Amino acid sequence: MDTLKSKLPPIGQLGPFIALLIACVIFGLTTDRFFSGENFSLILQQVMVVGVIAIGQTLIILTAGIDLSCGMIMALGSIVMTKFAADLGLPAPLAVLAGIGVTTLFGLLNGLLVTRVKLPPFIVTLGVFNIAFAITQLYSGSQTVTEVPGLMTWLGSTFPLGGSNVAYGTVLMILLYLGVWFWLRETPSGRHVYAVGNNPEATRLVGIPPERVILGVYALSGVFYGIASLLAVARTGVGDPNAGQTEALDAITAVVLGGTSLFGGRGVVLGSLIGAVVVGVLRNGLTLMGVSSVYQVLITGILVILAVTVDQLSRKGGR
Amino acid sequence: MQLKHATLLAALMAAGFAHAQSQPVIGLITKTETNPFFVKMKEGATEAAKAKGAKLLSGAGKADGDNAGQVTAMENMIAAGAKTILITPSDSKAIIPAIKKAQEKGVQVIALDSPTDPAEATDALFATDNYKAGVLIGQYAKAALGGKPVKIATLDLFPGHPVGAQRHNGFLQGFGLQSFDAKNNELAKPAEVVCMADSFGDRAKGQTAMENCLQKNPDINLVYTINEPAAAGAFNALQKAGKDKGVMIVSVDGGCDGVKDVAAGKIAATSQQYPLKMAAMGVEAGVEYAKSGKKVKAGYTDTGVTLIASKPVAGVDSKDTKVGMDLCWGKK
Repeated sequence: MDTLKSKLPPIGQLGPFIALLIACVIFGLTTDRFFSGENFSLILQQVMVVGVIAIGQTLIILTAGIDLSCGMIMALGSIVMTKFAADLGLPAPLAVLAGIGVTTLFGLLNGLLVTRVKLPPFIVTLGVFNIAFAITQLYSGSQTVTEVPGLMTWLGSTFPLGGSNVAYGTVLMILLYLGVWFWLRETPSGRHVYAVGNNPEATRLVGIPPERVILGVYALSGVFYGIASLLAVARTGVGDPNAGQTEALDAITAVVLGGTSLFGGRGVVLGSLIGAVVVGVLRNGLTLMGVSSVYQVLITGILVILAVTVDQLSRKGGR
Repeated sequence: MQLKHATLLAALMAAGFAHAQSQPVIGLITKTETNPFFVKMKEGATEAAKAKGAKLLSGAGKADGDNAGQVTAMENMIAAGAKTILITPSDSKAIIPAIKKAQEKGVQVIALDSPTDPAEATDALFATDNYKAGVLIGQYAKAALGGKPVKIATLDLFPGHPVGAQRHNGFLQGFGLQSFDAKNNELAKPAEVVCMADSFGDRAKGQTAMENCLQKNPDINLVYTINEPAAAGAFNALQKAGKDKGVMIVSVDGGCDGVKDVAAGKIAATSQQYPLKMAAMGVEAGVEYAKSGKKVKAGYTDTGVTLIASKPVAGVDSKDTKVGMDLCWGKK
């Protein structure tokens, strides 16, 4: 494990921080409204849904997998929780649990297909992407659910902190990141995730069944997608059946920008948070500058290529 | 006896065949299957086809912008005997070769809702005048604000879409600001527009766009939105910032959820369009072509747009939300 840690390239971890710092300095110099607690609080609110999805995505990518279905599972979760509350009259906490239950089941389904049927994660999650999308549309009748109980939007409300207002949802997101970071770093089961991504055969030889670790990771990711469903409902105040269509690629972008290797086994979950924030900072800062959103897409694309290049070079250097 | 039976059967079969021949087949291809606007359009077409004794085939792309899916649907429908294709082009240019091929086979192609580029590529176009839809809400906002100085945010669609440009420029034209004409695909940006952001016509992205605009300029007092989901997102952002009272939102679409938001005072005014009418007119033209071989009148037919507002203002014609609810599309 110690050799594994020493292999983690510092540049891969520092890259996202550097990109974030450069963006902040540029926006701070060109617009006078960028540096304010209020504005940063806002950016965090804007990235909290993708941010929490990216936790699940990071875990899966650490096992050398990928999940294209995460956004659609998230959308299904938010439709289930809002409709269970609005149509079946379930109390909000139960409806939320039902929603998270459904997303966890879908995560488990992904995991079973990957570990038991031995299908490639890319194809499995592509299929589940379509299935979750169709179920979301059929179950909601393509209608937005607007009667959402107040309790479900609580995470979207804010409390004052040091002169600006912070949303409870962003606090939850940061706590989840810290919790997963600690788990991956300090507990045996967390280290197994890295081990499986690095070398599944070697892990099997030391007595850890890689299938079980991978299955657990996919199911756990489903839990995070369910929490993201709740955050999406809290943020927009509705259950939106058309949500989630771009979130998979947004989350993968955040993970890659955060320096996690797509080949598995290497990366730090906190990097994904930085990655998500980088995208949010670009969107916010370029709007403040009055620059077209096309440039946000352009810069994001360049950063992704840079991040993967850094990963590839450090991989070669490390072996 | 045997012979008589056979003749009868043959006659019946011929009649059946003749019937199948005379039942006009019409294809409807929408951008997606899920957007309530297109769901309503399909409903309108199905009803009109039933009333006229025509058979309606329907198909769609997988997502907005999926040209290949629309081409496949068109080919399959022509193979199934459709003599008229009604299409809402996802990609105004890329669809043209497929349309030409269809027309060479004697198929009449009518664009609904959005034009092709050039518009003459289809036999006709039944659509909302999106520029006029923008002008109406611009005029309304101008009259309602009564000469107060304005700081405008525009929550647009995404770069390069003609409908996005037409509504945006129409709105500015109606407000009496520097703007472009209906043919220009660029978004005008007079000094009064302090923030422009893309909403993709989506609620969550509209909310994000509005939040960022408020950071840029907290004094925004007028918000133009490309459609009502974006408007709902904008209202959410304004409400969270405690600014929902002093800021006016105007929009375009006239979906039932949008009209409800007008009634609730979240949206001041919206330009309502009529997908049902586009579809019904298209089916009628298809039946006529199948029966008489006469194609529909070439060129553009305006399917109308009505300004819906809960508070009428002097000098601008508008209808109240009751009328809006009667005519709206989506779930009432």
